[in-house]
Amino acid sequence: MKKEIIISGFGGQGVMSIGKNLVEAGMAEGLNVTWAPSYGPEMRGGTANCSVVLSSRRIGSPVFTHPTELIAMNAPSIGKFGPLAVSGGLVLVNSSVVKEPFGRADVRTLYVPCESIAYELGNPKAANMVMLGAYVSATGALQPETIKSMIVHMFTGAKAKLVPLNLEAFRRGMRCGTERPVPTDAACTA
Amino acid sequence: MAKELWKGNEAIAEAAIRAGCDCFFGYPITPQSEVPEYMSVHLPAAGGVFVQSESEIAAVNMVYGAAGSGMRAMTSSSSPGISLKQEGITYLAASELPCVIVNCMRGGPGLGTIQPGQGDYFQATRGGGNGDYRTLVLAPFDIQETVDFVQEAFDIADQYRNPVMVVCDGLIGQMMEPIEWRPIPKRDLPPKDWAASGRRGRARHNVINSLYLDPESCEELNQRLTVKYAEMEEKETRWSAVNCEDAELIITAYGTPARIALSAIEELRAGGLKAGLFRPITLWPFPEAPLHELAGSGQVKVILDVEMSSTGQMLDDVRLAVEGQKPIRYLGHAGGVMPTVEEMADAAWTAWKEVQQHGGHL
Repeated sequence: MKKEIIISGFGGQGVMSIGKNLVEAGMAEGLNVTWAPSYGPEMRGGTANCSVVLSSRRIGSPVFTHPTELIAMNAPSIGKFGPLAVSGGLVLVNSSVVKEPFGRADVRTLYVPCESIAYELGNPKAANMVMLGAYVSATGALQPETIKSMIVHMFTGAKAKLVPLNLEAFRRGMRCGTERPVPTDAACTA
Repeated sequence: MAKELWKGNEAIAEAAIRAGCDCFFGYPITPQSEVPEYMSVHLPAAGGVFVQSESEIAAVNMVYGAAGSGMRAMTSSSSPGISLKQEGITYLAASELPCVIVNCMRGGPGLGTIQPGQGDYFQATRGGGNGDYRTLVLAPFDIQETVDFVQEAFDIADQYRNPVMVVCDGLIGQMMEPIEWRPIPKRDLPPKDWAASGRRGRARHNVINSLYLDPESCEELNQRLTVKYAEMEEKETRWSAVNCEDAELIITAYGTPARIALSAIEELRAGGLKAGLFRPITLWPFPEAPLHELAGSGQVKVILDVEMSSTGQMLDDVRLAVEGQKPIRYLGHAGGVMPTVEEMADAAWTAWKEVQQHGGHL
């Protein structure tokens, strides 16, 4: 198993966190993992991204040109990385922000209304957790239980009250991880 | 030991603390600012001293003072900041002061870019300061090696009374991956009876100095250093060879490009080209003899050197080691651009085909 994932979006959308959650969960499951962030001027307002590798074998390059999966939290991310996704790969589109359908017929595209679901749950900051849920159920690359246990350990002390919200956001995201053809907020009302 | 997930720069700082670093002096610069950031919190908590200096020049001279008094001292920076430290490094080498200097390289020349680079190879291996001196230069290619080498660097520095550099690049500094905190090889370290840490009943007081007005004395220093450097060449040269036993094409690379090369080699072998990686781990001393021998073996047809440098810098050492036995090709990127697996594989195929057409002649 080898997944080369690019997670990309605006600063503040939790793009780096999605990547960190993926590598932490991968590590917990005994996979080899790497996480490489963009650290250029885009970090200071604009599109940020990180590259994640999950592999059952030793990882060579931690950076790559063609992601097997692209998580696009905003439209510029689709423009920049959409054409690079491998044929037969998976593109997860945050349809709360990206209103245009992604036009490639040779990749599987899933539309996940991350912010809409997070708002519904009462905290827009949980949008990244929705996307993480969608990724996990769409790929089967990681066990949902691993992520859930991670969420429980991630928020402690004063932040412990955020556990139920994030678990619910993750669960709602999981339900979006099946193919939906229409790129609108209504596409995934799970 | 359980694996832990660490960011490169923070791991560098933690490794130094675990190695008993007493003093850290530094100034922030991307992409290594997490080193001083981590040190500012954790080194004082471990009983050490952290100073954010007013400049890189001040930082390296603080290292001179601390190392001269027998402390385990360290500084870190990125390329333009390391340029500023060069005067201090030649003084440290001349005064035979052990210390650790980390360069998390970015693209140059000048202020360049904050993205990964390897344009400081000459500066690290030839010395950016004046005079005849050497710094031992360790070049890790992943975070595990980085933490191992930073810890070892303190011991190597103390053993030889010499500055040791650890050079990585922005990607290694910024990325995260799992590592183990494993014990480093034990070395017999000499006592620091030369340190200017108080006379303590000795007949003479110790002096730390790099100025010799008497030319004979200065030449004596140079001769002593030369003997020491020869010993370092003999005992401390390191390299790694991956899939080289049957390789017809050898990629030479260090640091991040070497890691990218591992993927390229897999791809090349899958496509039917027997490729291997020769990776210098110490940039100085350069593993000249093993590369010479490998290049001389019958099955090797061509060598492809890959660096994050436009002109090729390690390329000079590769040429000196290969000594014209086999043709050498070069793939370089600079200004913060990293080579991709695909273009490395393409360059390998091109080199291979050229050599086939020309019957292996240079």
